[in-house]
Amino acid sequence: MIRLRGIQRRFVVGDQSVHALADVSLDITDGEYVAIMGPSGSGKSTLLHVIGLLDRPDAGEYRLSGRDVTTLDDDGLAHIRRSQIGFIFQFFHLVPRLSAADNIALPLVLAGIAPQRRASVVARALEEFGLMDRARHRPDQLSGGQRQRVAIARATVMEPAVLLADEPTGNLDRATGFEVIRILEALTDKGITLVMVTHDPELGRRARRQIHMRDGRVVEDSGRRQ
Amino acid sequence: MTLADVLRFAGTALRGYRRRSLLMLLAMAIGVAAVIILTALGEGARRYVTGEFASLGTHLLIVLPGRSETTGGPPPLMGETPRDLTLDDALSLTRSLYVRRVAPISVGSAPVSWQRREREVSIVGSTASFIHVRHLRMAKGRFLPAMDPRRAKPVCVIGSTVREQLFGPEAALGQWLRVGDRRFRVLGVLASEGRSLGIDLDDVVIIPVASAQALFDAPSLFRILVEARGRDVIGRAEQEVRRIIQRRHEGEDDITVIAQDALVATFDRIFRALTYTAAGIAAISLAVAGILIMNVMLVAISQRTSEIGLLKSLGASGRQVMVLFLAEAGLLSASGAALGLGLGLAATQLARQLWPVLDMVPPLWAVLAGLGVALATGLVFGVMPARRAARLDPVRALSRR
Repeated sequence: MIRLRGIQRRFVVGDQSVHALADVSLDITDGEYVAIMGPSGSGKSTLLHVIGLLDRPDAGEYRLSGRDVTTLDDDGLAHIRRSQIGFIFQFFHLVPRLSAADNIALPLVLAGIAPQRRASVVARALEEFGLMDRARHRPDQLSGGQRQRVAIARATVMEPAVLLADEPTGNLDRATGFEVIRILEALTDKGITLVMVTHDPELGRRARRQIHMRDGRVVEDSGRRQ
Repeated sequence: MTLADVLRFAGTALRGYRRRSLLMLLAMAIGVAAVIILTALGEGARRYVTGEFASLGTHLLIVLPGRSETTGGPPPLMGETPRDLTLDDALSLTRSLYVRRVAPISVGSAPVSWQRREREVSIVGSTASFIHVRHLRMAKGRFLPAMDPRRAKPVCVIGSTVREQLFGPEAALGQWLRVGDRRFRVLGVLASEGRSLGIDLDDVVIIPVASAQALFDAPSLFRILVEARGRDVIGRAEQEVRRIIQRRHEGEDDITVIAQDALVATFDRIFRALTYTAAGIAAISLAVAGILIMNVMLVAISQRTSEIGLLKSLGASGRQVMVLFLAEAGLLSASGAALGLGLGLAATQLARQLWPVLDMVPPLWAVLAGLGVALATGLVFGVMPARRAARLDPVRALSRR
């Protein structure tokens, strides 16, 4: 589970210090489905990056599965990102020159998993996300929905405990967006923890817990009231 | 990550930017090819020149009468005429342990005729050793027989030009040739050798040294060719030659001994230095190619910033990112070097066919150094961009599309 205490993150913009996160404390238990909402600049993406260990807080304590991760070095953080966290982005971030199958295989390659095992894991992922006939296609030959499905397959191929999605439907039309959301929700049914940043209230309402942020602070948390 | 995965990933990245990669490859290839071609040229020239001298025999000492020394001071008051070298001087040298063969040489010129045809030809008087010392081959018949060098036997061996001009289509072997006022029977014809350091061995008549001395009525020798027992005893052979002749000349060191090997070695050194210089100049182009690689990698990193951010979000450590980009630079320089190797070898091969005189073969050290420097520059100049990639902030990298 994710446990944040007094997390602060400051950015220096010009000669001003801006609090992207000002004292955020939060608990997210395993298997939760959380939507983080708020206006742009409210710090919701920064919070997601801190949770995903892409960004280090300037102050505060972060425990992931009971382990203090604020003191880890680059290799340690990379290891946890690789094994426990999956990322999904608004702009998919597929490697344009690699096929769908090779994109999905990337985390396995970085983890040093042998090619034969990799092939079977990727084949299963392609099947699970309905991409069997798109395995050899490059991203520019795929539709937006297919690209995001490849990205989801890639994020989940290492079987992480936590899935972090930053506006996963922001670059898709409505129908495709809902299709992607249903895939993500199906994953939460299997026990994965999903934390999704969105500014779309309709999507946010589908989550079992909503966190509203403003000026780097949590102003409303439906989970806390329960 | 396994090595194969790293290389495969780097390979797809290079193929993704085909034109840029090809241009880089070309830059590196030209550098390596330049090293190979220039050193092959230098090496070919070295071999040509040293080969010319070495054809005289590398264990060869040439003994000349008179001391050729350029010391200052006034000329000696008593006219110091050097003693001539005699046949006995030459024969005495065979006593030395370090000397394998001795060929005394007496040279002159005389009219040579057969039937109606007559020519003025250089006459060389020597012994049976001459053919071995000078590494000559026979086209027909045999060389002068091994016999007492003091005997004047009326036999001769003729050069290919002499044979052609005197005998034309007719057989020369066994014919009696008139040389001056004497007659010599033709034992053999030399294979054509071309000119060799000033003497056209195709246009000579070789007769026993005693016959030549009688013919020219001169007991002195033109020079003595001495073949040492091996390369390593040339120095000692030279000392022995001096000592023996000095003793025979009443303690006067009045000969000049030229070590053929020393001459060859000097030319060898000069041309080697030239080859190194050429290699050094060519290596500069490799350094330029290295800087180009750095430039290309920096461009690649700024173009692929979001990809680096993605890799980090997928769990790549800074070290892994660095390895990936370093592998790209390494792969680029390695394939450039391989291409250059092929180009260079093809070019030298072509040059060998066009100018067979110059045996253009790149020395192994140059090939290895060229490849090594290419790989090293690729990696060294790849480190800085790769480190920059490794240190990229993933959040900012990802925010760029």
